[in-house]
Amino acid sequence: MKKKDLRIYKHPILGDLPERKKIYIYFNGKKLTAYEGEMIAAVLYANGIRRLRRTERFKEVRGIFCAIGRCTDCVMTVDGIPNIRTCITPVKEKMKIEFQEGLGKWKKKIW
Amino acid sequence: MEEKDLVIIGGGPAGLCAAISARKKGIDVLIIDENLRPGGQLFKQIHRFFGSKEHMAGVRGFVIGEKLLKEVKELGVEVWLNSIAYGIFKDKVIGVIKDGKNILVKAKSIIISTGATENPLSFPNWTLPGVMGAGACQTMINIHRVLPGKKVLMIGSGNVGLIVSYQLLQAGAEVVGVVEIMPKIGGYLVHAAKIKRFGVPIYLSTTILEGVGKEEIEGAIICPVDENFKPIIKKKKYIEVDLICIAVGLTPLNELLYQAGCLFTYKGYLGGMVALHNENMETTVENIFVAGDCSGIEEASTAMEEGKLAGISVAEKIRGKKWEDEKDQIRKRLDDFRIGTFGEKRKLSKEEIVREYYERVKTW
Amino acid sequence: MKELKLGEKTYLNKISFPSFERIKKGSVAIIECIEDIPCNPCETICKFGAIKVGFPITSLPILDEEKCTGCGKCIPICPGLAIFVLNYNFSEKDCLLTIPYEFLPLPKEGEKVKCLDRDGKYICEGKIVKVIQPERNNMTALVSFAFPKKYYNKVRSFKK
Repeated sequence: MKKKDLRIYKHPILGDLPERKKIYIYFNGKKLTAYEGEMIAAVLYANGIRRLRRTERFKEVRGIFCAIGRCTDCVMTVDGIPNIRTCITPVKEKMKIEFQEGLGKWKKKIW
Repeated sequence: MEEKDLVIIGGGPAGLCAAISARKKGIDVLIIDENLRPGGQLFKQIHRFFGSKEHMAGVRGFVIGEKLLKEVKELGVEVWLNSIAYGIFKDKVIGVIKDGKNILVKAKSIIISTGATENPLSFPNWTLPGVMGAGACQTMINIHRVLPGKKVLMIGSGNVGLIVSYQLLQAGAEVVGVVEIMPKIGGYLVHAAKIKRFGVPIYLSTTILEGVGKEEIEGAIICPVDENFKPIIKKKKYIEVDLICIAVGLTPLNELLYQAGCLFTYKGYLGGMVALHNENMETTVENIFVAGDCSGIEEASTAMEEGKLAGISVAEKIRGKKWEDEKDQIRKRLDDFRIGTFGEKRKLSKEEIVREYYERVKTW
Repeated sequence: MKELKLGEKTYLNKISFPSFERIKKGSVAIIECIEDIPCNPCETICKFGAIKVGFPITSLPILDEEKCTGCGKCIPICPGLAIFVLNYNFSEKDCLLTIPYEFLPLPKEGEKVKCLDRDGKYICEGKIVKVIQPERNNMTALVSFAFPKKYYNKVRSFKK
């Protein structure tokens, strides 16, 4: 079966992508396949989703910029909590990830 | 409050080597790292390193990373992951957010090895998804194993730009070109040759005018420049790409050093403002040391040696012993690496740092 | 737009090639390392003592062409992937070039390929003769391919 996503399954130096436990996450309600240990943004990019949020003032769309948790360009609303750095946050089973408008809204009380 | 002999902030090549050296000398070491795995940027370096046998030349970066992690584990170094050191306060108290909780740690000595951050480059639409740092792209393809784009334009022909272009080819992407605003490439010709012979063009005296796309990158406009770096607009050209990578240098990550009150100097060849330090890597604040890219942008190989030097120096202070021979060997290995067209300027800058350290400490 | 060209004289003149007399004798290393990089694993790995970098380690490697057997041990260890082995006497018409290769899929022995020069430009047709698997050399494969002798100093890579 030909894999359609953008994961690099075979690599000349790093070898085959190791088998990992398959889990499901939701992006704007759409079910996506992910693997345990993957970062949220990596799963989205693997599925061709690069538009992660829109800025508050200028309404510009943003995606991954630094990929190591410094620039905060990739923040999204995850399980009701806004401004989560998705490039360094691993996926969890049934996680709900949403495109974030502006500064986002708290949908869940954590305190 | 927890108390430690040595706290190392940043578990990359410099921090890990510092931890190993200090632990071997009987020091109680804690590494604090904000990532979920230590190793810093070593694990995305899948190419073989330059150097000599002592520098582990010819070995791939991630293999060196695995070796260091194994050693750290065997020596029983304590490592806090997912922990952000947000501040250094009076009497070397460090504020840490560990797994979301605030903890204060008091240290006898601190080694700051926080690394560097990529420089951005602004052009119209540079904030669109599909523009990212070259190092970010390297993280995506070699760590996360996801292609962030299929047709790539690389901005900048330093070693990072050239190496990441090669690694993009290895990951199965097409690199449509590397653009360099200077009339010659910034990195080594051997790295350029690796991509040239597989058909990647390297455009000299050329810059990017803008990224094209509404909500995502769909193309780029590149344009030759004259000798004053002014774009020759009538020669501009549109190319179809879905990813633009920016490789225009790195800047030391030195916020904690500022906060701790260290004195700084500007060194262009080392990437910007760097903390003054002496030949033992100690800053102008006693018992705060520095190592690796945050003390000046170099290479992983030099970061590891600086880390060892800092680690041993801390051990000397705490244990009241001397290991001058060992330190001299490390300094020699550093000198061996800081030669040649690229290394010479860094060596001079590093020597100036030490000189300025003594001048400023005297007058301070 | 101005491009970096590696096939030009300014670049080629910096490379110290083995003499043509030596090349005609059979397998020999061609070291295309032309900058003062602090690096010497090629010297360390050569058990025939044919490559000398010496001190400082930024010196360019010098090949003792009489000592070099063309064994190819230096090819995968070079971090710059700048060493090739040329067997000019492979057959009556063809020479054989061995290059480091770190891409997938690996070519198959007997496969026809397009030979490229240092700038990736098409030069001639060629044929894969031998593939040494990457696992043997820490994930750098060695690929030997044959092409007409007259391009021995032009061809440096191939594509399918």
